[in-house]
Amino acid sequence: MSGASAIGLRRYRSVIPGFGITMGITILWLSLIVLIPLAALFLKTTELSLDRFVQIVTSDRVLNALRLSFGLSLAAAAVNLVFGSLIVWAITRYTFPGRRILDALIDIPFALPTAVAGIALTNLYAENGWLGALLAPLGIKVSFTPLGIFVALVFIGLPFVVRTVQPVLEDLDKELEEVAATLGASRWTAVSRVVLPTIFPALLTGFALAFARAVGEYGSVIFIAGNLPNVSEIAPLLIVIRLEEFRYADATAIASVMLIASFILLFIINWLQRWSEKRVGGQ
Amino acid sequence: MNIEVVNAWKRFNDFTALGGVSLQIKSGELVALLGPSGSGKTTLLRIIAGLEFPERGEVRFDGRDASLRSARERNVGFVFQHYALFRHMTVFENVAFGLRARPRHLRLPEEAIHDKVNRLLDLVQLKWLSDRYPSQLSGGQRQRIALARALAIEPRVLLLDEPFGALDAKVRKELRRWLRNLHEELPVTSVFVTHDQDEALEVADRVVVMDKGRIEQIGTPEEVYNNPQTSFVNEFIGESVVVPIVVKDRLARWHSMPLPIDVSGLRDGKANLFVRPYEMSIVSPDETPLHATIKRVRGLGASRRAEIALHYGETDLVLEIDAPRAPAIEVGAFVGLKPRNYRVFPALA
Amino acid sequence: MSLLTAEQIDPALAVDRAQERPGIRRRRGANDDPFVVKWAIILVAFAFLALFIVLPLINVFVQAFSKGREAYFAAITEPVAVSAITLTLTVAAISVVLNTVFGLIAAWAIAKFQFRGKSFLISLVDLPFSVSPVIAGLVFVLLFGLQGIFGPALHASDIKIIFALPGLVLATVFVTFPFIMRELIPLMQEQGTQEEEAAILLGASGLRTFWRITLPNVKWALLYGVLLCNARAMGEFGAVSVVSGHIRGETNTMPLHIEILYNEYQFQASFAVATLLAGLAIVTLIAKAFLESRIGKGNRP
Repeated sequence: MSGASAIGLRRYRSVIPGFGITMGITILWLSLIVLIPLAALFLKTTELSLDRFVQIVTSDRVLNALRLSFGLSLAAAAVNLVFGSLIVWAITRYTFPGRRILDALIDIPFALPTAVAGIALTNLYAENGWLGALLAPLGIKVSFTPLGIFVALVFIGLPFVVRTVQPVLEDLDKELEEVAATLGASRWTAVSRVVLPTIFPALLTGFALAFARAVGEYGSVIFIAGNLPNVSEIAPLLIVIRLEEFRYADATAIASVMLIASFILLFIINWLQRWSEKRVGGQ
Repeated sequence: MNIEVVNAWKRFNDFTALGGVSLQIKSGELVALLGPSGSGKTTLLRIIAGLEFPERGEVRFDGRDASLRSARERNVGFVFQHYALFRHMTVFENVAFGLRARPRHLRLPEEAIHDKVNRLLDLVQLKWLSDRYPSQLSGGQRQRIALARALAIEPRVLLLDEPFGALDAKVRKELRRWLRNLHEELPVTSVFVTHDQDEALEVADRVVVMDKGRIEQIGTPEEVYNNPQTSFVNEFIGESVVVPIVVKDRLARWHSMPLPIDVSGLRDGKANLFVRPYEMSIVSPDETPLHATIKRVRGLGASRRAEIALHYGETDLVLEIDAPRAPAIEVGAFVGLKPRNYRVFPALA
Repeated sequence: MSLLTAEQIDPALAVDRAQERPGIRRRRGANDDPFVVKWAIILVAFAFLALFIVLPLINVFVQAFSKGREAYFAAITEPVAVSAITLTLTVAAISVVLNTVFGLIAAWAIAKFQFRGKSFLISLVDLPFSVSPVIAGLVFVLLFGLQGIFGPALHASDIKIIFALPGLVLATVFVTFPFIMRELIPLMQEQGTQEEEAAILLGASGLRTFWRITLPNVKWALLYGVLLCNARAMGEFGAVSVVSGHIRGETNTMPLHIEILYNEYQFQASFAVATLLAGLAIVTLIAKAFLESRIGKGNRP
């Protein structure tokens, strides 16, 4: 039957015209905009000797920058995981005034340009800012410290967790919890043993997406970071600095490390999403 | 228009959808392609339409190779199983699409298109819906609009894929009759795909029974029903009671006892005896080696059925046959079975 | 749907219970959390969003008007600001058009045909999402910058890509590459090819089929993709920052202009320009909500 024509070893002749030309244009366009430029990065990296590459990547400043980027991204993603889950729970399970506004607000970090978020957060948490002024007497400095970077990364990562988990929790069959309840499980047991395992892949995916986004983030961070080498200098900023110093080799080497890291992350995310679909699909 | 399919082959990866199919359809005929899912009937229909291309073999329209003309040029009316109505167009625009898509020099003026679409909507009795969108129609209405749209280009071949498949039972029956009448009125050759034998037998002039990418039998409804040529057709069409027997020395045997059954032309080995439920008589156990016990009688009036356990070695084979009015049968009675009419085919493997 | 409570099944029971435990009108269903837990979660959700999202947004507008309306309008009408706005609009317009045209072509090729390696191609399309914007800018510097692969050749023929409009467009197209395609491809795959087949059997040409059948069927999704693509194109900072060269009045887009003003301690002017982009974000979200209801409701115009 025609319906059985699953993804084939080759394309079947089709009555719908234009495969050759549209596929040709697609591959050309993808190559010109994405593949060739990314390949150029790796090509430039190969111009470095291995010793030189290792020397650049393992220099203190680079290591500190990478450690800062990955460490704070991890922390921010973890915070988003916790608060994102609570927010999703509130939106999907409760009715309360302002629920739809709450839902709409989640997307602001997606839509708000990073530079705008950057200056707004910096100003807010500066010592004379609305929040900074409250925190200063407690001896807490946010703007121009790693804590500031963390705040910015929490801001941009939140929607990833919420929007990944939300559809899964919405689709979750509430009968499962009800069955657990009829079997004598306490509410907490029902949630932790029935709901949590089901949405677990989605939680992980959201966490990984927030983490991946945070690692590469630039615009919202550089204003609030203070950008002190070895202390509050993120890896993307170091790339830009090296580029402005015309130290292309350094910039390229750091970039290729980050790119490989994000490809690995992408791979993990893809795998998680497939796993998640399989799990939820099996319900 | 005559349609001729000559030795068509079509594979999807490892799946052979059509394994050498040949078929002739006479101009003006209404033919049903009948078979279970995966039998290749839809693929055959799509090959005739030009939506799929056979790897080997040919489709001819009036003797001419149709592959020289693309699907766009074949002027074939096609009704999809799920109608494929253009969801963003009104009913009117859907029906007018084919007329408006013609090359400029062949296109009718807009008023003529209007008249024609209205005539078609009259034909399918849905003119009052012309400003609706497909999502606002019922299944039966969509079906008829899809048909009107296909007829707008004045096709000489009308192809329908499971035309009644997605409809509920009552609408189904109505539309069957209506399609038959429509076909009579129009100068078209029609082919429709179905997995429902009642539909095929009731509507079609001829039925093409397919299984596993091959044609099992072609014939009028009477022929395929009363005179099935293969074991598959026998099982697929109509109800049958199947009794496994053995042919040995040109005699049919039931547990080595000879049965009074004609098995000429069959080789020695296992075979199946096919009997329609109403062709099986209940007789005295002395008259036949087929011994059975009556288990249950159910139903009322004309449609009374008897569940009968045929003693078959250690186990029983439960058959269901029409229960005779007279002589009255009793549950638990020990009886003999005797087919009045039957067919025998060698058992597969 | 929550489980029917005992009261719903038997109203008399409700009276009993109300008498039994005064003040509690309704017994909790199996899926209802305790009152305290529910409101604690809601409170935390609001507090978190207020702290991290609402307050920063309000701050943008408050700071922008901190020196009065005149200063606000002066900041967004000064020539350098106007040229940044114009440049941003130009870059976004070119990027959106390119991504729309090629997005439609790619979606047609990927969604309407069966071929080997389809899912791999779809993941390649998504690739720019996982690349840091800084790296997105860097790769074009490595290709077209003075020390880049094509740098000398471009310099010799006096073509400027980096530190000029083409570089800005390239970087923006890179970061917005997947937005439109990823809206179109799943929808077009889901819609299948039957309507196109029907159109072709009715005698329509390939182009007519595309314009009259395929495009109308995906128009809301396309608009949705364009909206998101445009928002990102106008707001893009990292990638554009790397290829721009920050030439005031020439290669400074709005986000870059905001950065420069901020670094020069012209906070109020910086926030004034930022309100334009924040406004864009809010409009985008409202339009997005509208389109989502549209897409969700079905495909009738």
